[in-house]
Amino acid sequence: MFLFDPFFWEVVISGLLAGVMYALVALGFVLIFKASGIFNFAQGVLALFAALTLVGFQTGQIPFAHLLEALFGLHASHWGEGMNTVLALFLSLVVMIGLAWLIVKIVLRPLVNQEGIILFMATIGLAFVLEGVGDLMWGANVKRLDVGLPEGPSDFLLDNTGMFIEKLEISAAVVAIILVVTLMIFSQYTKMGRALRAVADDHQAALSVGISLETIWWVVWSISGLVALVAGVMWGAKSGVQFSLSLIALKALPVLMLGGFTSIPGAIIGGLMIGVGEKMFEFYIGPMIGGATENWFAYMLALLFLLFRPQGLFGEKIIERV
Amino acid sequence: MSLKAVETFVTEDGRSIGPVILEVKDITLKFGGVTAIQNISFDIRGGEVRAIIGPNGAGKSSMLNVINGFYHPQEGEVWFKNELRAPMKPYQIAYQGIARTFQNIALFKGMSTLDNIMTGRFTHMSSGIFAQAWWKGAAEKEEFSNREKVEQIIDFLEIQKIRKTEVGRLPYGLQKRVELGRALAAEPRLLLLDEPMAGMNVEEKEDMSRFILDVNEEFGTTVALIEHDMGVVMDIADRVVVMDYGKKIGDGTPEEIRKNQVVIDAYLGISHD
Ligand SMILES: Nc1ncnc2c1ncn2[C@@H]1O[C@H](COP(=O)(O)OP(=O)(O)O)[C@@H](O)[C@H]1O
Ligand SMILES: [Mg+2]
Repeated sequence: MFLFDPFFWEVVISGLLAGVMYALVALGFVLIFKASGIFNFAQGVLALFAALTLVGFQTGQIPFAHLLEALFGLHASHWGEGMNTVLALFLSLVVMIGLAWLIVKIVLRPLVNQEGIILFMATIGLAFVLEGVGDLMWGANVKRLDVGLPEGPSDFLLDNTGMFIEKLEISAAVVAIILVVTLMIFSQYTKMGRALRAVADDHQAALSVGISLETIWWVVWSISGLVALVAGVMWGAKSGVQFSLSLIALKALPVLMLGGFTSIPGAIIGGLMIGVGEKMFEFYIGPMIGGATENWFAYMLALLFLLFRPQGLFGEKIIERV
Repeated sequence: MSLKAVETFVTEDGRSIGPVILEVKDITLKFGGVTAIQNISFDIRGGEVRAIIGPNGAGKSSMLNVINGFYHPQEGEVWFKNELRAPMKPYQIAYQGIARTFQNIALFKGMSTLDNIMTGRFTHMSSGIFAQAWWKGAAEKEEFSNREKVEQIIDFLEIQKIRKTEVGRLPYGLQKRVELGRALAAEPRLLLLDEPMAGMNVEEKEDMSRFILDVNEEFGTTVALIEHDMGVVMDIADRVVVMDYGKKIGDGTPEEIRKNQVVIDAYLGISHD
């Protein structure tokens, strides 16, 4: 029976762990989409930018070192040994919050009341600008990111169950779960959280009860920045901080198609489904058709899903107005 | 302005209403080539029910939108509590004590009745994401007192049964009632109601009229009301402004309006339902 096969469970669990990460990235999209109707193309680049910033602080890089060299002939690239991880994380978060503020003031405010497609294009522009700025600030080389999370396989699980599970993936999942639960509590029980849901439901009504849209956007983009930071750190710790990190956004897209663009539970369940489905497919079907299925499986699943439930798992039913 | 600010006014029913709390002066509002409001002035006195009537497209909703800051007129001034109001965002105006409902219901459809009305208390909740340490001490006390206010409103509007219902699922008439509840939760100085009884049956209209009058009498809330049903208007309004094609064509007590020939020709003579 496959249920007693540790290998089966290994596949399921590593799928769930990967799924938590997909869910996290998708959550960043959903938050912004709900609050402002913007499909944020830059979400992946935000994760990259956050990770770059973190490494920069950690290793004591001087931001814009190349630019400073070109302009003023400064040769230093580091200001020192760097700082400890906790401080670096905190400062990176501050940078992400500051960035959110700039995005609201420079990109969103001038475009208020524009069509969704225009805002979408603005975020494409934002993605390129951010990628360029990230490059200019911290350099384009691949960087190692070590935040002190445990690495290697979990001996406990290996000895007791025969499953080979990366400790890093377990910690990533734990952190992601804590983050999601915190966000849920924040959205249910705080004034800001309630305001956030209000804006997601109806802009005009939200304004009329005293909610400032700009403040809410700032909060939402800051939260997305936090989510991006966590996702960037986890992904970066696994495979290094490099520009391909911004492609994790592509992993979120099928999750969104599955879960719906406006549903937080949808993002979570969709992420888990894709994580598990992807791994199962890769291990059980993959060998028969030549492998490398992880690149396209998620999209295939999402497309199949679109055929039968275009609004996603939890999205509101779309009824054509006639 | 100065005189009106202190003078009181005795209505047809012998009610004495207070000095002016809001005055619009020479407001002109254009959308491209369309002039929605043309050089209109009128005032609203503290404690009165002020009706705004007129045919569709007359500019009534636009006027409420000017008062609560959704629209910014090209010309004219808004005076509130004896001060010339600088151009403001709607959320700032909410903090000044002006609450409203919408012609096309604007509720938080995914939230319960309770949460909708609770959100109406936004301006009474202490600000800051971090200031509000979750559920601790002061925040807890504040949440409690806000809850209490919300429960009072729910009792007052007789909607206990739908406290926990998601408002998107409610029938139209009840949605209108919840929307009124959300506006009341702000404990506004001035309450703007855009066709609160549109699409209601006679019984629902009677309920709504009663709620509006009770709010006005019990809490002294000033009400500005857009309404098409002339029976209702004559019943509950202290004074009436009549608009037509963006212009003001009448302003006075219900009795004066009923006798005003211009108003009769333009509006009262024809049916509006
Ligand atoms: N946001 C807007 N954009 C363009 N035109 C508008 C807008 N709001 C109102 N109008 C126009 O202003 C005029 C008055 O509309 P409105 O204030 O809604 O009238 P009423 O509430 O009396 O029916 C109408 O011609 C309407 O088309
Ligand atoms: Mg109207």
